[in-house]
Amino acid sequence: MDILISGLLLGGTYALIAMGLNLQYGVARIMNLANGEMLVLGGLAAFWMFVAAEISPLLTMLIVAPLAFVGNWLIYVFLLKPLVRRAKNQGQLEVDSILATFGMSFILVGIMVMIRSEYFTYSFLANPFEILGSTVAENRLVAFGAAVLIGLALYLWLNHSRPGMAVRAVSVSPDAAKLVGINVERISALAFALGGAVTGVGGTLISTFITLDASVGVIFTMKALIIVIMGGVGEIRGAILAALILGLVETAVATLIDPGLTLASAYLIFLLILLFRPQGLFGRRST
Amino acid sequence: MSTGRTLLQVNGATKRFGGLVAVSGMTFDVKEHEVMGIIGPNGSGKTTMMNLISGELRVTSGSIAMQGRQLSQLPAHKVSRLGVARTFQLVRILPGLSVIENVIAGGAFGHSRRWGDDALHFAQTLLDRLGLADHMYQPVGALTYIDQKRLELARALASEPQVLLLDEWLAGLNPTELQIGIDLISDLRKEGRTIILVEHVMDAIRSLCDRCVVMNSGKKIAEGKPSEVLSDPEVIRAYLGDE
Amino acid sequence: MKQVSWSGIVLAIILFALAAIVPLVANGYHLSVAVTAIMYVALATSWALFSGPTHYISLASGAFFGVGGYLVATGMSDYDQSFWLMAAIAPVVAAILATLIGLATLRLSGVYFVIFTLGLAEMVRNLVSWIQNNFLGSRGLYVLTDFTEAHIYWMLLAVCVVIYIFGWWLSHSRLGFALRIIGNDEAVAKHVGINTALSKVVLFMTTGFFAALVGAIIAPRYSYIEPNQVFSPELSFLVVIMALIGGTNRLWGPLVGVIPFTIIWEIISSNFSNFSTLFLGLAFLLIVYVIPNGFVGLLEKWGRRLRA
Repeated sequence: MDILISGLLLGGTYALIAMGLNLQYGVARIMNLANGEMLVLGGLAAFWMFVAAEISPLLTMLIVAPLAFVGNWLIYVFLLKPLVRRAKNQGQLEVDSILATFGMSFILVGIMVMIRSEYFTYSFLANPFEILGSTVAENRLVAFGAAVLIGLALYLWLNHSRPGMAVRAVSVSPDAAKLVGINVERISALAFALGGAVTGVGGTLISTFITLDASVGVIFTMKALIIVIMGGVGEIRGAILAALILGLVETAVATLIDPGLTLASAYLIFLLILLFRPQGLFGRRST
Repeated sequence: MSTGRTLLQVNGATKRFGGLVAVSGMTFDVKEHEVMGIIGPNGSGKTTMMNLISGELRVTSGSIAMQGRQLSQLPAHKVSRLGVARTFQLVRILPGLSVIENVIAGGAFGHSRRWGDDALHFAQTLLDRLGLADHMYQPVGALTYIDQKRLELARALASEPQVLLLDEWLAGLNPTELQIGIDLISDLRKEGRTIILVEHVMDAIRSLCDRCVVMNSGKKIAEGKPSEVLSDPEVIRAYLGDE
Repeated sequence: MKQVSWSGIVLAIILFALAAIVPLVANGYHLSVAVTAIMYVALATSWALFSGPTHYISLASGAFFGVGGYLVATGMSDYDQSFWLMAAIAPVVAAILATLIGLATLRLSGVYFVIFTLGLAEMVRNLVSWIQNNFLGSRGLYVLTDFTEAHIYWMLLAVCVVIYIFGWWLSHSRLGFALRIIGNDEAVAKHVGINTALSKVVLFMTTGFFAALVGAIIAPRYSYIEPNQVFSPELSFLVVIMALIGGTNRLWGPLVGVIPFTIIWEIISSNFSNFSTLFLGLAFLLIVYVIPNGFVGLLEKWGRRLRA
């Protein structure tokens, strides 16, 4: 029961991060390997604000979101759009964007190490809380709640608004979207920026219950990628389910076998998905 | 023309994509030295049929056999090694290779497996024949559209295929180029090659094909000499719609 | 398809001879930099044999390198085996591992492959540490041999020679030609009769084999091996950067990248270690935005311009 509840709570936050990456990869078609660093930046902001001015991470979130949005928008427009334009095919864009975002990821790590080379340790709402007979920390519960609210808002926006519909259209087919008068480049930039903002906020939330440091981003990039692929690229519901599965499996492995094996277990899931359902749990088999 | 023995047998070939049936119960034979046309309106399943023969796609049910050997469960590279070569609907040349390397690529792994000097000389002969001798060592980026099409054809011929699949090879050519293209295929026909072609250009079908299969909504609706099937009322209805 | 060029062979032999006498003239710090450089020459060149033509960015070098180092260490300290036996077994184990990874990921798009190899070193390290702690006991892994830096250097040089001969053979073989076609257009490759999955797996396996061999040979340099140190993800990135900066369209391309990069990297990590990650990032951006075909591509472009 403990495992179930902690796993679900962890999975909820994972879902939010995966949603961010899904917007970037599923819509803007950029595999952003600096995604984890965006998350750590969100965490660093929370740590810094809390330690320096005792500002609650829940308020910091409101600052992180617009900053991350603008930052990612600038990255897309100035660094990634030129790659999209010069790419002769999807394969070349893939290689270029992977190398470029690796570069950005290293640069961000380099900068963050200079700001703070130790762990971002702070204590926020670390009180025990009783739920369904299990004890969890309040901060996990709050983070989960916030993740659910943001995820829900995003889902409603995507499905019930005009720009949301344009985003979904580009995700299904950029060429067809162009034909019906959607400005694909602008929507891609919007999706990339929004994805970055969601990831940054996810980082702020995660930092309340997991201690981050400047170089841990790559682990979160990996997890987000595994979730996105497991759920099926562009599939929001798939990503949520996949995130919950990953959260559960990791918690179970950490509790029952060894905390050192959580990454190995994530990999095992990834390998099984690649072997048996490469299109993802919810994705349709492409022809 | 159709005096040769049967080379390729398509028997009840069906391909489903989820709920969509792209090719449904197609049955036809192709004889040796025959040029067989597959025609039909857009979206009737012609290219899917070609992809089933070449091994790009697997049949959902039914079978495709060449000289008694099943092709329908083999991956594309094995189908190619048994002697089926193809061109693509949207011309696909290898941009990082020179013109002659593109041709050698066609013969090195497939049916004929030529390599070294042998491959080089054979590729030169083919380029000569197709009128590309002057471009032999150029990068492919310098080629005009029809030359790219010729190059793709040379690559397919390099493996000395038993069956050549041409998927709208004449599409997109201007009237002068079209005549050159038709003459080229007509030469191949005179050499006695077995060809299956998907085509929209009716003049080409009339002058090149010994027989035609007409497809509509994934099904065969007619088969016979081009002049006969093109005057078939059902075929006309398929092309022009019910009126 | 190219003819054997005698001037090329003579040049290669002269370069080899020069490389072979380095330990006789250099010592201490300079020799140690030379060992690092030749290690990266072997790693980056074998990496480029696969990733150059196919454009599959493999970040698995660190994992295979680690398998090599770790197996030598555990074999020598825990099972009293000789260095030579373990150095022979390690590459075979890595090749098997590479085959399994290749079979699972190389059928799919390149992104899956990159992602899978991205955390591979990290995962193998986790697994190895776990096994070490729970089943083997942590007595510490010692690699004690009589080898000097010069011996290690010469062994790595020999590995480089094997890699270059293999690379030369590959560029003249059907398999090498097949890889170039796969890198150009995989659909065409299948339809001209290439078993694309097999070709890719064979080459990826070779890359894994050589990376583990290098890891095994370099292990005696450290005497004491810790899984955290040999399974370094950083190594994978350095290999990729050096190969791409040099250029992967020529067999000697990675060499051109490795030598300057190793020297700069040595200087930065010993004097400005805070900036090393930042520097890696800038190197990646340099590759993408300024020299997409590496130094070799740049040199060839200037060469063409001079002749024109």
